Amino acid sequence: MSGETQARLEMAGITKRFPGVLANDDVSFAIKPGEIHALLGENGAGKSTLVKMIYGIMRPDAGEMFWNGAPLKASSPKAARRLGIGMVFQHFSLFEALTVLENIALGMDGGLSSRALEAKVREVLNAYELSLDPHRVVSTLSVGERQRIEIVRALLLNPKLLIMDEPTSVLTPQEVTQLFKTLRQLASEGCSILYISHKLNEIKELCDTATILRGGRVVDECDPKQETSKSMAEKMIGGDLKAVAKGTERTFGEVQLAVNNLSLGRGHAFGTALKDISFSVHGGEILGIAGVAGNGQNELLAALSGEQHAEADGVIELCGRPIGTSEPSTRRKAGLCAVPEERHGHAAVPDYSLADNGILTARHRRELVRAGLIKNSASHDFADEIIAEFGVMATGSKATAGSLSGGNLQKFIMGREILQTPEVLVISQPTWGVDAGAAAFIHQALVDMAAAGSAIVIISQDLDELLALSDTLSVINEGKLSAPMAVENASIEEIGLLMGGVHGEPSLATKPEASHAVQV
Amino acid sequence: MSATLLIAMLITMIGASTPILLAALGELVVEKSGVLNLGIEGMMLTGAVVGFAVTYTTGNPWLGITIAALAGAAVSMIFAFLTLSLSANQVATGLALTIFGTGFSALFGSEYTGKPLELFKSIFPASLAEDPYLRLIFGHSPLVYFSFFMVFAVWWFLSRTRAGLILRAVGENDVSAHSIGYSVIGIRYGAVAFGGAMAGVGGACFPLLLTPQWVEGLTAGRGWIALALVVFAAWRPLRLLAGAYLFGLIATMELYTQAAGGVFRIIAPEMWASLPYLATIGVLVIISLGRSANANAPACLGKPFEAGH
Repeated sequence: MSGETQARLEMAGITKRFPGVLANDDVSFAIKPGEIHALLGENGAGKSTLVKMIYGIMRPDAGEMFWNGAPLKASSPKAARRLGIGMVFQHFSLFEALTVLENIALGMDGGLSSRALEAKVREVLNAYELSLDPHRVVSTLSVGERQRIEIVRALLLNPKLLIMDEPTSVLTPQEVTQLFKTLRQLASEGCSILYISHKLNEIKELCDTATILRGGRVVDECDPKQETSKSMAEKMIGGDLKAVAKGTERTFGEVQLAVNNLSLGRGHAFGTALKDISFSVHGGEILGIAGVAGNGQNELLAALSGEQHAEADGVIELCGRPIGTSEPSTRRKAGLCAVPEERHGHAAVPDYSLADNGILTARHRRELVRAGLIKNSASHDFADEIIAEFGVMATGSKATAGSLSGGNLQKFIMGREILQTPEVLVISQPTWGVDAGAAAFIHQALVDMAAAGSAIVIISQDLDELLALSDTLSVINEGKLSAPMAVENASIEEIGLLMGGVHGEPSLATKPEASHAVQV
Repeated sequence: MSATLLIAMLITMIGASTPILLAALGELVVEKSGVLNLGIEGMMLTGAVVGFAVTYTTGNPWLGITIAALAGAAVSMIFAFLTLSLSANQVATGLALTIFGTGFSALFGSEYTGKPLELFKSIFPASLAEDPYLRLIFGHSPLVYFSFFMVFAVWWFLSRTRAGLILRAVGENDVSAHSIGYSVIGIRYGAVAFGGAMAGVGGACFPLLLTPQWVEGLTAGRGWIALALVVFAAWRPLRLLAGAYLFGLIATMELYTQAAGGVFRIIAPEMWASLPYLATIGVLVIISLGRSANANAPACLGKPFEAGH
């Protein structure tokens, strides 16, 4: 053991191999009691594998782990929980149709009456000033509230180490502040926190130490407060970080997409109605639409793509031509392409080859079909063109979409739409779950496309992304779109307020004037 | 209409509803665990023929019903093995189970055709069970009381017990339930077995409660109505009770309208006989039009689960 205090958790020479990949290569680091320790790295750097070994889901091939000085033998998540290791996953394992309390009860090992459990849950909620109604059904909750369920679940077990996997990727700025407050309080009580993220600003703000992983190896251990975001990012990707090159003098053309008072009922029980949405986008302009998930983004995308029809033709205009009640393929032919958020099954068919996936949206604009028959070689050429131009790592045009990694499939989908050179491109979550290298590539492609004269609408929950790319920014909240603001004039606080603040927080009720004032 | 006639009608209606109610309760639990078993009709026919044979041979209807439940559960295990252990398609396997049950019951039941059986009557003393008024309470077959009890038991199990919560969780999100540490496949095996046993008892109601004889295809498609009823009831046991009685009422009307004569004669008896099925289609169409129709449906219904994914 190094240092004066006994480490809570120590990893010594951990190595884990998968067929063809060395996921962790001689990884060593230690976490002290009460320390907030960041684990930083790109997708595929080996963070998840490492964490799974600590939490007992996998076992290392070589190396040892020590828990308070004694060898750590967590053979299952249950055993890990018993030792005092809690984990909040990036993808929540919640049951939509059940209540908060039922969800928590399912995660406990039983033996408590629901009344006793509720009392314990309320105790934890009060101790950490978390607002959550135990009797609400999960499907009605915001993402931040869902995350709180997972946190409460973990806290009920009095953890000595809490592992947080990418906890802020879907939270509003205010929810992030609230989460950090909780984590700091926990740390001050002696609980160690292992914080996994690639968001450097947050790590600088929250963490005491950062271990940086690249390609399965520890490349550096540093104090994030002494580093800049840029220096940490370069250690993470192992090279210079290219910022998005966006021309300073940007000129816009005519209005290419106009939406006039679009209202739409809720598509399904858990959907959001769109209320009187109006905006316009010029050629060369990038409009960013921010907002917390579930506030009408999917409905807006469906209305623009043509999956849902507007009430009247004139509600949506493409280069002056009314298309509000046209079918998606008609809109594509006319020059409006849309990329939905879900890659598997919505933007692409996982079991189809890349060539076939190309035909699905590009058959008219790239003339891949004649008289109802597929032009086989043309469609394979098109897929190969995308693979070459967008640097998609795939075995060829015959590879199935499902065999590609998330980032590569997203590059393929982006390439498929961009190479059709539409007048208007609408895209939701362009870099969701995509590593930094691929994200930078996609960002540059979007900026270049706008420079070539297309009008682009980006719907995203990643504010940093929108601030970097957009010319104009609007916020969607409960189906309403805020007035557009120029990105140079936008402040994070203001955007956060428009996003609805901390969902379900009483603190927001004390500032109605503020939120009213900006909403115009 | 006299009060005694009304009581007689109600008793007929309750009797006609009981097999559908029992089978549908079983299917409700199966579907809540995320499995769609379309083989109800086959399991009911199996229960019907086995219930008949055992009761005919031993003269003991209690034994007949118990064995019918076991037979239904046994047949459902074929379905469970194929769909849960081998991940076969649930729809196709369920349909195959119905075809199997139809064939098996016809073969096994051929030697019982035309043989008489005694109905499984009320166990209360005749002074209560045959009183023109009190028989509304005491005049039912034990199977009817059993069905009442099971409505309550299923409701209580699903909404008030930890085991019921786990079962619903498995039907709602099998992957999460597995990651928390619950045996998705094991729980679904249990649910399917329960569904099979209930369909078996439901099938045994036909010879023991309704028509005391064996004929091929005795259940006459009631298994399909039970299946539709689960959707109609939005997977809620108490609504299932109401739905089953509604269908029982429509089925009973066939008998009473013919007896009543008059204006009812205008409509052919065959038309009356087809009413429950037409009503099923009608109700399903109306429900599908409703916006929140499937809001209560188990999210994993009909999706195969493979551990390790």
